[in-house]
Amino acid sequence: MTTPYQPPSAPVPPHTPPHTPPVPHGAPQAPQQQMPPQPGHPYPQMAAPAAPQQQPVPQQMPQPTPPPAGANPSQPYAAVGGYTSPIPVRGTHLGHALASEWTKIKSVRSTIWTLSVMVALVVGIGLLVSAGTSDDEYTNAPPTLPGFFGTLLGQLCLVTLGVLVVSSEYGTGMIRTTVTACPQRGRVLAAKAMVFFTLSFITTTAALALVAFAGSGMHSGPGVMEPTGDQMVGATIGAGLYMSLLGLLSMAVGSMLRHSAGAITAMLGVVLLPAILPAFLMMSESLQDLGETMQKYSSPNALASLFQLSDELGSGWSQLGVLAGVTGAALIGAYVLLEKRDV
Amino acid sequence: MIEAVGLTKRYGAKTAVYNLSFQVRPGAVTGFLGPNGSGKSTTMRMILGLDEPTAGQVTVGGYPFRRLPNAPRQVGALLDAKAVHGGRSARQHLMCLAQLSGIPARRVDEVLGVVGLQSVAGKRSKGFSLGMGQRLGIAAALLGDPQVLLFDEPVNGLDPEGILWVRNLMKQLASEGRTVFVSSHLMSEMALTADHLIVIGRGQLLADMSVRDFISYNSADFARVRTPEGEPEQREKLTSALSEAGGQVLPEQDGALRVTGLPLPRISDLAHGADVRLWELSPHQASLEEAYMRMTSGAVDYRSTADQRAGLMEPAPGMPPQGGAYGYAPGAPGQPMGPGGFPPGTVLPGYAEPPAAPQGHAPAPYGQSQGHAPAAAPAAPPAAPPAAPAAPPASAPDMTKRDSEDAR
Repeated sequence: MTTPYQPPSAPVPPHTPPHTPPVPHGAPQAPQQQMPPQPGHPYPQMAAPAAPQQQPVPQQMPQPTPPPAGANPSQPYAAVGGYTSPIPVRGTHLGHALASEWTKIKSVRSTIWTLSVMVALVVGIGLLVSAGTSDDEYTNAPPTLPGFFGTLLGQLCLVTLGVLVVSSEYGTGMIRTTVTACPQRGRVLAAKAMVFFTLSFITTTAALALVAFAGSGMHSGPGVMEPTGDQMVGATIGAGLYMSLLGLLSMAVGSMLRHSAGAITAMLGVVLLPAILPAFLMMSESLQDLGETMQKYSSPNALASLFQLSDELGSGWSQLGVLAGVTGAALIGAYVLLEKRDV
Repeated sequence: MIEAVGLTKRYGAKTAVYNLSFQVRPGAVTGFLGPNGSGKSTTMRMILGLDEPTAGQVTVGGYPFRRLPNAPRQVGALLDAKAVHGGRSARQHLMCLAQLSGIPARRVDEVLGVVGLQSVAGKRSKGFSLGMGQRLGIAAALLGDPQVLLFDEPVNGLDPEGILWVRNLMKQLASEGRTVFVSSHLMSEMALTADHLIVIGRGQLLADMSVRDFISYNSADFARVRTPEGEPEQREKLTSALSEAGGQVLPEQDGALRVTGLPLPRISDLAHGADVRLWELSPHQASLEEAYMRMTSGAVDYRSTADQRAGLMEPAPGMPPQGGAYGYAPGAPGQPMGPGGFPPGTVLPGYAEPPAAPQGHAPAPYGQSQGHAPAAAPAAPPAAPPAAPAAPPASAPDMTKRDSEDAR
């Protein structure tokens, strides 16, 4: 191993270390030892996958000086255990990654900004609509409805945040630091997904609940539709789940594309195309079914269903299930690519 | 300890690293040298599991990096000073890394103190200078008190004080028994810091030896001695006298002698004692930097065009010494040279195989002198016979000849 020298031209250079003992050269200088000759290979233990740090060889730390001329060849690296940290090394688990990702997500401004804008849109638009409508407009629709209008715009904030949570690491190079600190890449992705999803779900659901309860409070009494439990859940937890899942899908797409602008654009396509395209598909007889399906599962339609905008839309949970399936598939794709690709 | 076996990495058609095998041992600073684009960073990335090798494998402490149970506690790495999210403060950046491996928060402030960034710990790292970024990266590497440390170009962007600090830090870390692997393209820096050198060029290993050996092979001083031409018996007489006195004498192609191991006055005295006239007695010296540059000259990918002049170099009298990088090439002045001042095929053998007693030559006489010697030596006849006929530029006037030798 002294010199596995490979001449640049040689196609397959041999890798056997030269076993010839070093030739003394230069009489005025003491014969220089090259590397230690190999007979007493000093680190088989190190190479064994048993113990990177279980060889406490205290008081035998090798000196930093270069191997002295003519010294015992095996001496310089005799202390094969090398340095051992006084603090024991323990394995890491998902909990560590979760704590780390929580620190990460709360310590960048993009999180604060996108979430604040999202809350402002959902709550602001919801309250404005609630305040601007009168009781008799809620005879056929639940008073939780105003929240719907904010979610149409608010979901774009979560798309942005979801993409940025991953792709900003690629943009800045932070991903290399992260993956070096935690080579179990799947764990990093899982922690990111859990932290982001939890944060966005809590935020959106809280904002939607505020709007829903405010709406119900403002508009009540005779003639006004009393929101059923189902409607209440759909307008808060259901819509919150939908928006957070959309954000999670964005995160998975961001992880696969590794580029902020590209991933955000792709996600805008996912959100907007199913809403726009059916108008064109409907013109053709043969594509009408496809267009209707697309429209049913488009994001505005799904949210409208969750808010139970009208009776014929359904409850919206099937759309939620489809989105969850797509998100799950995208996360698996992101995981496979993350494990396989060079960072 | 880091151990690479047959490491190969291809990016499409380009082979970045080819069949690289080496070991980095604990208790020493190992310098990792090579020109730009020679594959240093790619190798580092493969060690850290960022890139999957196309072939071969590399382990850290016996494990492939990605199987380490707690990587930051075992391996600390500074790959790229700017590999941080600029929007996060230095403390938060280190904090999220610390949490990833269960390191307590107080350790973060500790390493911030070690690298001298306490005063800017709360500032966003976007505003950091390159040197501050390096310090932050070093802090991240030290966070887990690891036994293996990798630094990719750690002194880039540091001020002189910072460079000195990094040097001492590396040495101190190695003295504690850690494995320290430092890449650089600056031989001068490595000569001061490293105990051991691994040199690569175009993704292949060029040398793997201790700095001491590198120095003794590549930067030894020697004296050029010329005896009057057409008098081979004088030459022989001087050769035997010098050998008896303990010097190594090696014939050069132009008929001069290369003497190592004896100071110049002593050579003069010996010549006087042997009654030999001298036409030349000149000191020669090669620096490590030059030796390194010559070693890698065949492997430099990105070369400024002005350098091509070296290939046209002729032993013109009174040439200014900027050609010095190739000056100690003992080969014949008229020999065709590659663009790097070096025949393409023969680039590096002398460096890469230090203990190889130069092919067939009896007592390894070149050790003290140039690593280049084995490459050039076969062209010259072995030491014994009077090699005067082998000197083609015989008719050159003496003193000018000497000057040109100096210049080269």
